[in-house]
Amino acid sequence: MRILPFFCSAAITIGLVVVLDRPLGKVPPLGSFFSPQYGFWQNAEPVNQDFGGALSLQGLQGPVQVYFDDRLVPHVFADNDQDLYFVQGYLHARFRLFQIDLQTRAAAGRASELAGSKAINFDREQRRLGMVYAAENALKEIEANPQFRSLFDAYTAGVNSYIDQLTDAALPIEYKLLQCKPEKWSNLKTALLLKMMSKMLSAGTENDLANTNAKSVFMPDELQQLYPQVPDSLLPIVPKGTIFPKPAIIPIKPTDADSLYFNNKSTVTAQTLDRPDPGNGSNNWVVAGSKTQSGYPILANDPHLELSLPSIWFEIQLKTPTHNSYGVSLPGSPFVVIGFNDSIAWGVTNSQRDVKDYYEIKFKDETRSTYWFNGEWVPAKMRIEEIKIKDSLSVFDTVAYTVFGPVQFDNRFSNAAAADRNLAVRWAAHDPSNEGLTFYKLNKAHNYTEYEEAIQTFTCPGQNFIFASRAGDIAIWQQGRFPARWDGQGLYVMPGQDSSYLWQGYIPQQENPHAINPERGYLQSANQRAADGTYPYFIPGSYITARGVRIDNKLAAMSGITPQKMMELHADYFNITAEDIRPVLLANIDEGQLNVKEREFLEIFRNWDFLATPDSKGQTIFQSFWDTVQVSIWKDEISRTSPLATWPTEQTTIEWLLRDTVYRYADDINTPQVETLAMTVTTSFKKAASFLQLKEAEGKLTWSRFMNPSLYHLLKDALPAFARKGLSVGGYGNIVNAIKHSHGPSWRMIVHLVDGIEAYGVFPGGQSGNPGSRFYDNNLSVWEKGEYNRCWYMRENDRSSEQVKWVLQFNKS
Amino acid sequence: MKFSLSVILTMLGGIGVSLWAYTPWWGFVPVAFLLALIIHQVPAKAFASGFLGMLLAWGGLSWWIDWQNTSLLSKQVAFLFPLQGSSAALILLTGILGGILGGVAALAGSYLRVIKSKSE
Repeated sequence: MRILPFFCSAAITIGLVVVLDRPLGKVPPLGSFFSPQYGFWQNAEPVNQDFGGALSLQGLQGPVQVYFDDRLVPHVFADNDQDLYFVQGYLHARFRLFQIDLQTRAAAGRASELAGSKAINFDREQRRLGMVYAAENALKEIEANPQFRSLFDAYTAGVNSYIDQLTDAALPIEYKLLQCKPEKWSNLKTALLLKMMSKMLSAGTENDLANTNAKSVFMPDELQQLYPQVPDSLLPIVPKGTIFPKPAIIPIKPTDADSLYFNNKSTVTAQTLDRPDPGNGSNNWVVAGSKTQSGYPILANDPHLELSLPSIWFEIQLKTPTHNSYGVSLPGSPFVVIGFNDSIAWGVTNSQRDVKDYYEIKFKDETRSTYWFNGEWVPAKMRIEEIKIKDSLSVFDTVAYTVFGPVQFDNRFSNAAAADRNLAVRWAAHDPSNEGLTFYKLNKAHNYTEYEEAIQTFTCPGQNFIFASRAGDIAIWQQGRFPARWDGQGLYVMPGQDSSYLWQGYIPQQENPHAINPERGYLQSANQRAADGTYPYFIPGSYITARGVRIDNKLAAMSGITPQKMMELHADYFNITAEDIRPVLLANIDEGQLNVKEREFLEIFRNWDFLATPDSKGQTIFQSFWDTVQVSIWKDEISRTSPLATWPTEQTTIEWLLRDTVYRYADDINTPQVETLAMTVTTSFKKAASFLQLKEAEGKLTWSRFMNPSLYHLLKDALPAFARKGLSVGGYGNIVNAIKHSHGPSWRMIVHLVDGIEAYGVFPGGQSGNPGSRFYDNNLSVWEKGEYNRCWYMRENDRSSEQVKWVLQFNKS
Repeated sequence: MKFSLSVILTMLGGIGVSLWAYTPWWGFVPVAFLLALIIHQVPAKAFASGFLGMLLAWGGLSWWIDWQNTSLLSKQVAFLFPLQGSSAALILLTGILGGILGGVAALAGSYLRVIKSKSE
């Protein structure tokens, strides 16, 4: 009779082990997850972890030393380039494996493998945008040069040598939570990572679909007013007054452009699901020795990207006997991307140039396998995309590739219930290119000539490369392969049935906007239009004007500049937009209509010093008020189509309000009465005030409480515990210190090109992607306070310095 | 005496198995089962000593790890469960999970022992 209790208890034991060994829905297997041997406890890194040691790895040609400083920045000392990038790959994997895996899977449209079926539409969109296609084309270019290929091969081998030795216990915690394993790395993945950057910075700088809808309801003169190309207050990247050479290419507008294109009133219902943040931009500037206290140039850069944990950047020093660079790298790619070496410094901002156009395709039939082009039916290349889905069957999507590019929207993939127009996407990122080569050459460049040569291989996304050298040169180039457009080309969806609307050529390198050693002694770029209207090419883009004006004004007035003054400019909270528009707003409020509370808010706004500090109430009031005014002016107009037409930029609205107070758009076309500007402004203020009152009751009237600056883990809402919220910082997207809710200066760098190089840098986060490491967010408070870390630019004789905390020795096996 | 010995051996077995890389996460289960076969106790005591031994093993190991990590991770992971960010609760939960498995394994072992001795 004792047999029964035995079998019961044995069955319970085995049963429990089995249950705890299985995932329960989204919950990982609790047995292994809680096991001190295998689970999350293994990711709880001791605070006195020793990062040093010795490794023997296959794939190295010789020994490499990695010296870690107290911020866990690795200073890599190798004897040749291949070993250098091998170790960089190893380190990127060691500290950021989940990040590089997730980012490249997302870029390739493989998010469903980790996230399940809810990511299917996202993945389909990436495939149809041609992300993998773009990476494959880039890879062909990269691998065409054997010497350059060997650098990518080495990087890949380094990443894989880390992955190969990874035990289940040592897996990053995200893998344990998501129940998946890391994949082996490949050169294609590095190419995908670089294309992810292209997408972040050039897949959202056009508004073709929304503009096409705008064109369907507005008259040509209205379109000019709503979407002007050159703002009045523009302070361009290339100093005003620069004479541009006569253009080498004069594109020819097709003869039927007026009827088929400009006056075509049809709409599009397609919309992109996952648009890059329009704030993806940055600031950079450089001041020559004539304006600095030391007589040496100072360069500053702060790229504005999503603020995530871990950071998109990884700080590193890469040194061989022939070159020695320091800066930030992108995990997933070799090289230093923004930084300096012993002779030069460089940085980038987004050009915001439109390099993505849509063409309407006429398919012969439902199969989409043939389309009409230049008077005949031509075959489309059909590419079958398999989208694997976690715990489910794969989904398949067939994408038609035309002479323009992949057909991103058609009857199989469109956001409307009804079938819509077939739209192929022509995107500069699809063209063969080798952006990595630019960074490699910049890492090794000694002077202006080598910098100019290095940037030539950078085609997409267009970037403003700023430069300074110890020799005293300063320069900026808007670098990229930009299509030479006829006036208006690419603003709207174009007819795709013949070659007359194709891009007719590219703007020659020498004609890209640039400036070298200007007399005024400084250069800056902050995502504004590169040049004023005298530039002889049509250069549409999603420009932001305000920050450039503020930076330019500040730099022009400065002299005896020190790095400290540059830090103050990075931290500048001045709201130049508010300064421009407040007089108009105040003049148009009918105070007689305001109640006590509203008057109280008005007084704060009236007396506000235009600084968007964390504790500012004026900034909160202004932003809510101004946003409401803009919505009130434009919503009725742009809602005339569905999906909406493009919103006019803030700059456009301000300039119109400043020059024309009888602003017809103030009228709400949906109401029978005609609203004046004063009526619209007053109503908007009252509306904003009632919203602000609610916020005040919640204790969220001060700007940082209102905006809640936060950094999210890569998996966002799935892992709120790994986020860092409620940071005490201010700023906004149109302010130099461009912090928004979870977006902003992802790296702040200041390089003073004196002897030994005096450089400062900080990013919100830490070198480690492990939430259990003390290096996950150790720089966050430094960044939050507006402070910087001193970059330790190591030399040969620093190997035995006290600043070295750990040494990791790599040997060939 | 037997009880304490059983607890200590279970605990050591649990820790030992966890530190040896080649066993699966449930490697301590057969150890607890075998210990109960070797050290004869009534089923209730067997369960208790198995539970306590593994509670100390897993709870102890996780406490040690957490201490070295100054609770950086446990505070965050505790939010993934309804534990209000309490590291102590997470450690306790870890110990209890190990304990339950150790307990039922020891229970089964003690019943098997009873059958064997009856049949001898």
